[in-house]
Amino acid sequence: MIVLLASAAIDAPWLRVTTLLALAAAAAGYVAASLPLWRSGCWPGVRIVLWCAGIFAVAVSLVGPLAQLAHHDFAAHMVGHLLLGMLAPLLLVLAAPVTVALRRLPAVRARRLTRLLAAAPVRLLTHPVTASLLNIGGLWLLYRTGLYSRLDDSLAVHMLVHAHVLGAGYLFAFAFVGVDPAPHRPRFATRAVVLLIALAAHAVLAKSLYAGPPPGVPIEQARSGAMVMYYGGDAVDLVLITVFFRQWFTATRPRRRPDRQVEVAPQSGPAAVSSRTTTARHAGA
Amino acid sequence: MTHAPSRSEDHRGRVVAGGVLLGIGVMAAVDEIIFHQLLRWHHFYDGSTPAIGIVSDGLLHTGELFALVAGIFLLLDGRRRQVLRPISAWSGFFLGAGGFQVFDGLIDHKVLRIHQIRYGVELLPYDLAWNIAGVVLFAIGVVLYLRSRRTRPAVASGR
Repeated sequence: MIVLLASAAIDAPWLRVTTLLALAAAAAGYVAASLPLWRSGCWPGVRIVLWCAGIFAVAVSLVGPLAQLAHHDFAAHMVGHLLLGMLAPLLLVLAAPVTVALRRLPAVRARRLTRLLAAAPVRLLTHPVTASLLNIGGLWLLYRTGLYSRLDDSLAVHMLVHAHVLGAGYLFAFAFVGVDPAPHRPRFATRAVVLLIALAAHAVLAKSLYAGPPPGVPIEQARSGAMVMYYGGDAVDLVLITVFFRQWFTATRPRRRPDRQVEVAPQSGPAAVSSRTTTARHAGA
Repeated sequence: MTHAPSRSEDHRGRVVAGGVLLGIGVMAAVDEIIFHQLLRWHHFYDGSTPAIGIVSDGLLHTGELFALVAGIFLLLDGRRRQVLRPISAWSGFFLGAGGFQVFDGLIDHKVLRIHQIRYGVELLPYDLAWNIAGVVLFAIGVVLYLRSRRTRPAVASGR
């Protein structure tokens, strides 16, 4: 067991193959489930693209040259972090995978899934404050304690940290811009304040890495890595914030005056997911 | 008309608020792009910034992104509700831009000492130019705002 979890195992071919297979399965599963919905005109094609792009971002960060480089270069590691912890989760969340599942599962199992999503632990995990603590707090633990220097020491730590980064990133994106059903989501103003603080904490962490490198990282690498985290984070933040406010814009759409044009009352929020109107087609994009 | 006058008033306030946010965001972006990245007068981190300075900087930096995006959507909201008047939006823009400039010049540079405008030079002329420019922008905003209130069409007309 010890031997298996030793440092060499991180680059083991079987791990790369397993990761790629799992990701391919995730992509194929979503596409297979959503294609019939898309063909019948009630699923936006852009979501299929978003899902595949998200899976691709995960793959690039975990397998291949970038992942190899990330073992000994902090800036490359940071690019991987941006992809795995920020960009990929955002793309995956906007693809609304739970809604696909709800619409393709048999009614009994779909209802079970709905009940699961409304359960207290899920509500707690998807609350903006909890999700922010898990996501940004996790990064503070990773870089401001000795954890980062031990990242490549054992396979278990390596896999756990990467799974946490992706999972917490997903919860985070879902808490703020999720298009899947979220029955107990706090109101917009609350989410806006929490989002601002969480993204600021990310920028503060980036700048603190510039000022003081994590243990075991040379100062030059720490500085370029911190800049990648700061400005690269901005780019993803900008997309996230735009989607966030666009959802507010869609949700607060004023009712049309009767003399203008006759139109079906536009739906907003999660309910729009299943709608065939053009509003719904763009709601998640 | 489905909107009560008070709601319409509310939406007009949002247009000014949108302008303010856009002004703050644009000025903060100008500061970062021109002074930090093009001129390189400011530093990303100058080694003497206290912890509270880094925290405030992070909040401001993220707030800048928020302000830009929220400002744009508030103005779009005003347009679709047909309460968007350019003079209201511009008054907000100048109030925000000038207000941010003065805030940056006094609080960030002088009180929190996050960074200075330029290094290795006599600072006083730079500080004066910076803050006077901010006050002028803010004053333009005040004048525009007063004029927008005077020239405002009656609420009851719906526009």
